[in-house]
Amino acid sequence: MTELLRVNNLVTQFKTESGVVRAVDGISYYIDELEIVGLVGESGCGKSVSQLSTMQLISAPGEIAGGEVIFEGQNLLKFEANGPRMRAVRGAKIAMIFQEPMTSLNPVLTIGQQLTEMLVLHMKMSDDTSRKRAIELMSMVGIPGAASRIDDYPHHFSGGMRQRVMIAMALSCNPRILIADEPTTALDVTTQAQLLELMKDMVQHFRASLVIVTHNLGVVARYAQRIYIMYAGRIVESGTTKDIFGNPRHPYTIGLLKCIPRLDEEEGRKLVPIEGLPPNLINMPSTCAFLPRCHYKIDKCFKEPWPGLTSVNGNHFIRCYADTKEKNK
Amino acid sequence: MNQKRNDAILDVKDLKMYFPVTRGLLRRKVADVKAVDGVSFKLMKDETLGLVGESGCGKTTIGRCVLGLYRPTGGNILFQDENITSLPENKLREIRRKMALIFQDPYSSLDPRQSAGSIVGEPLKIHHLSTSRGEYNDRVEQLFRIVGLDPSMTDRFPHEFSGGQRQRIGVARALACDPNLIVCDEPISALDVSIQAQIINLLEELQEGIKELSYLFIAHDLSVVRHISDRVAVMYLGRIVEICKSRVLYDNPLHPYTRALLSAIPIADPFVEETRERIILKGEVPSPLNPPPGCSFHPRCFMAIPDCSQAIPPLRDIGEGHQVACIRV
Repeated sequence: MTELLRVNNLVTQFKTESGVVRAVDGISYYIDELEIVGLVGESGCGKSVSQLSTMQLISAPGEIAGGEVIFEGQNLLKFEANGPRMRAVRGAKIAMIFQEPMTSLNPVLTIGQQLTEMLVLHMKMSDDTSRKRAIELMSMVGIPGAASRIDDYPHHFSGGMRQRVMIAMALSCNPRILIADEPTTALDVTTQAQLLELMKDMVQHFRASLVIVTHNLGVVARYAQRIYIMYAGRIVESGTTKDIFGNPRHPYTIGLLKCIPRLDEEEGRKLVPIEGLPPNLINMPSTCAFLPRCHYKIDKCFKEPWPGLTSVNGNHFIRCYADTKEKNK
Repeated sequence: MNQKRNDAILDVKDLKMYFPVTRGLLRRKVADVKAVDGVSFKLMKDETLGLVGESGCGKTTIGRCVLGLYRPTGGNILFQDENITSLPENKLREIRRKMALIFQDPYSSLDPRQSAGSIVGEPLKIHHLSTSRGEYNDRVEQLFRIVGLDPSMTDRFPHEFSGGQRQRIGVARALACDPNLIVCDEPISALDVSIQAQIINLLEELQEGIKELSYLFIAHDLSVVRHISDRVAVMYLGRIVEICKSRVLYDNPLHPYTRALLSAIPIADPFVEETRERIILKGEVPSPLNPPPGCSFHPRCFMAIPDCSQAIPPLRDIGEGHQVACIRV
């Protein structure tokens, strides 16, 4: 498959009164054409910030402190954040769906105004054609009676319907990559399932790649082909979905899988919580950030800095010194 | 948990809770929202009953009725064989000592200007349960230890604790008066994945260690509910549509809504996901203000026949305590 996007050593930091927070601390990843990639981690691990960084949507006190984002042969970070070249990519070639469908739509503009704005701006459509296209997009994402609902305001729509509008908006300029940041977290269970299926179908139809940013391991197990697991601003494990779930190797990934209840678990299964808390990202030590919570730690972990991603089997990478394969029984 | 006696601590019979919808200057009643419409169930001693359903299905309202926070429109609630629906307020307060509530949001459910110790100790004061300052302090420290908090932290304020620790404070407060029933309303959904397991395990350990402690566990996440509960009741639009043992729920769900709800939840295992039944429901949950006639699930149901819109199907027993409300089963 052809590589669509490559991120190298991306660093994003926030300057606060108590010190510099490295929210994203040198992550590298790639997205292939027509691929569904999962980016998994808990709150504060940097998964959202990393995606906002690729779109250059970081505002003060945050700053992108290093790295490159290669898309269509060019480094997006070289573009001025609000310049025309970045604007031609952001929202058009790389589109994003946010978690809160309630707050990411403008409440004083109709759905139609918000949908056509993109089409007029990026696709240079006339008012008439953009309106027709907007109605078409709305019916594609399953909004019943699209022609009559296009002049409604966001508050006329339920949460699930608003997220459908967001999907229509994100797809309106035929993006190459769709980034969905916790797209269904605020929604009901059956609505979540509807929207994830819709997104999967839509990226297939529009021949785009999908990045699902989530804390839900189930969602990526169901939809993603490849997964990146993040912890404390870094990617700690990456591989195909079957590698990650069938043979998890980083202690954090192993811990996550042991601490979540499963719908199909045996009666009486005990959850094994990950003790302790995620680290404070200010003044991080150079050793592994997961070390204080780790069950697999060896002497080397205390002495040496956190290792880089090393392959354990082909395309399956972990950042860890310990031999988790032997102990993970 | 093993020596289950057959007597119920809580017996809810045909519970109805309607909220009036008023309109105009005179606030005339124009309709009712039937939040809970004829719900019956029993909660046994030492048992955990899970209540699941999507937002607006009435699960939280049931919890509040059980605690005597709402006066039901109809039906009876027997707590330890006493009908609490008809009790005057002063009698109710005495009984309420034996019940407690754990809230969803550990951030807003603790008073930010009260120390952790006084939050935990407040129920003791309200119910005059300690005779001296020393006894009070001992009990608060003991409660801190029970939930795994350091007793030296009693003077700290909520903002000094992490989310998981705050929820432990909430659990300690609930335990203060030695309750026999704790209503847990989405107790872990605001917490991070790795912290959720800590609270689930704490709740399970408490139940094993404390005599006659039952949980009414309300949540939207079926995998969590199934993990912690002995039996699960699935709700849809103010009614219970299926109630059965947790083990049976995944292996043999009968109501089409239960099946759809189960299939909507992805399991963190791509190998299992490949083989699972996938039911994507049409549409969204209808408004409880104007529920469909007959079975309120029939407009979205993949098994519906014309008869489904005729009458509300009663909950009927199909053996071993497995009850289901569907004419197609």
